[in-house]
Amino acid sequence: MGEMEQMKKEAEALKTQIEAARKAAHDTDMASAASGVAPAPRVQLKTRRTLKGHLAKIYAMHWCTDNRLMVSASQDGKLLIWDSHTGNKVNAVPLKSSWVMTCAYAPSGNLVASGGLDNMCTVYNLKTPVIKTVKELDAHTGYLSCARFLSDTEILTSSGDTTCVLWDLETGKQKTVFLNHVGDCMCLSLSPDMNSFVSGACDSLAKLWDIRDGQCKQTFQGHTSDINAISFYPSGNAIITGSDDCTCKMYDIRADQEVISYQDAALNSGVTSLDLSASGRLIFAGYDDFNCNIWDSLKGEKVGVLSGHDNRVSCTGVPGDGMCVCTGSWDSFLKIWN
Amino acid sequence: MSSNSNLTSMKRTVEQLKLEASVDRIKVSQAAADLQQYCLQNASKDALLVGVPAGSNPFREPRSCALL
Repeated sequence: MGEMEQMKKEAEALKTQIEAARKAAHDTDMASAASGVAPAPRVQLKTRRTLKGHLAKIYAMHWCTDNRLMVSASQDGKLLIWDSHTGNKVNAVPLKSSWVMTCAYAPSGNLVASGGLDNMCTVYNLKTPVIKTVKELDAHTGYLSCARFLSDTEILTSSGDTTCVLWDLETGKQKTVFLNHVGDCMCLSLSPDMNSFVSGACDSLAKLWDIRDGQCKQTFQGHTSDINAISFYPSGNAIITGSDDCTCKMYDIRADQEVISYQDAALNSGVTSLDLSASGRLIFAGYDDFNCNIWDSLKGEKVGVLSGHDNRVSCTGVPGDGMCVCTGSWDSFLKIWN
Repeated sequence: MSSNSNLTSMKRTVEQLKLEASVDRIKVSQAAADLQQYCLQNASKDALLVGVPAGSNPFREPRSCALL
């Protein structure tokens, strides 16, 4: 009895301590600090390509590091590899399970991965004469919500079982299990230096993890519902999250707190996906209301919108060279804009 | 038994909170200044922000001019 009560008190005291420390560091907020920065220009992008080929809702897409190829996943049971310049399909990978929720391209361009309600992450080799399944990573006890390759030998996954896992692709075994979330993990993003990653979950928290020692280093709160999308700022010092609470937020890692919230009273749809422009100045956020809104990350103002899909925007991705933005939708199409 | 696992779980929560409490925090004004500097320094290379000249846009067909 006594020990439990004591620890509860200690936990409360620590939480109070953390809040006080954050408050002490909160000498301004991002929008006020950016009052001297020239506003971002009104961003008007045109649809340059509409990629047609999927026969059902698109759930995910991911750019290859060559800034030209991309992979998309649909509940029509296929991964499609597209050449974004020509708009042609380069490859089709039939999936064992059509309930796919995520896909990923390895930095080398040799491998792609998919996963979903089958609780597995399946890795395919695109470079063999016939596309082959090279591994089925099978240890999660919940759906696979996101996967990201670190290299051809390591991949990170997030799952509805509340854990994230780092896998060894040579053995097919778990290297590290990241335990701390108390809700389904919905998304993850690797830091530019690849030493850490952040995850967003249905417990409305975002967490920063050290990839090598498996520890949760920091926890970011503020959202009031599931975090569906997360991305590191290109500088590596901040993260942007998107949530079912209809807002996006920026958390600064070194200040250990929320520094700006991207919201609008007129917006009452959840955020499904997001990505950042090359300098980090623009946030492209996909919403349930069929649009992708463009936010000025420093000033917190909406500076544009990408309208054109006939259903929810489920995935958003900017290639490494920042040349365009791709949106994927439940309307079965992908659009490339710049 | 379940009270033991509750205790273990609580111990872990306290350890985790200790770790998170020990983080060194910088002031938001400093964080904001660094983020602004990064954005502004990289703005010229941000095609979605400053635009892409039509000739070097891989997603646009180059227009050919006919001189009559």
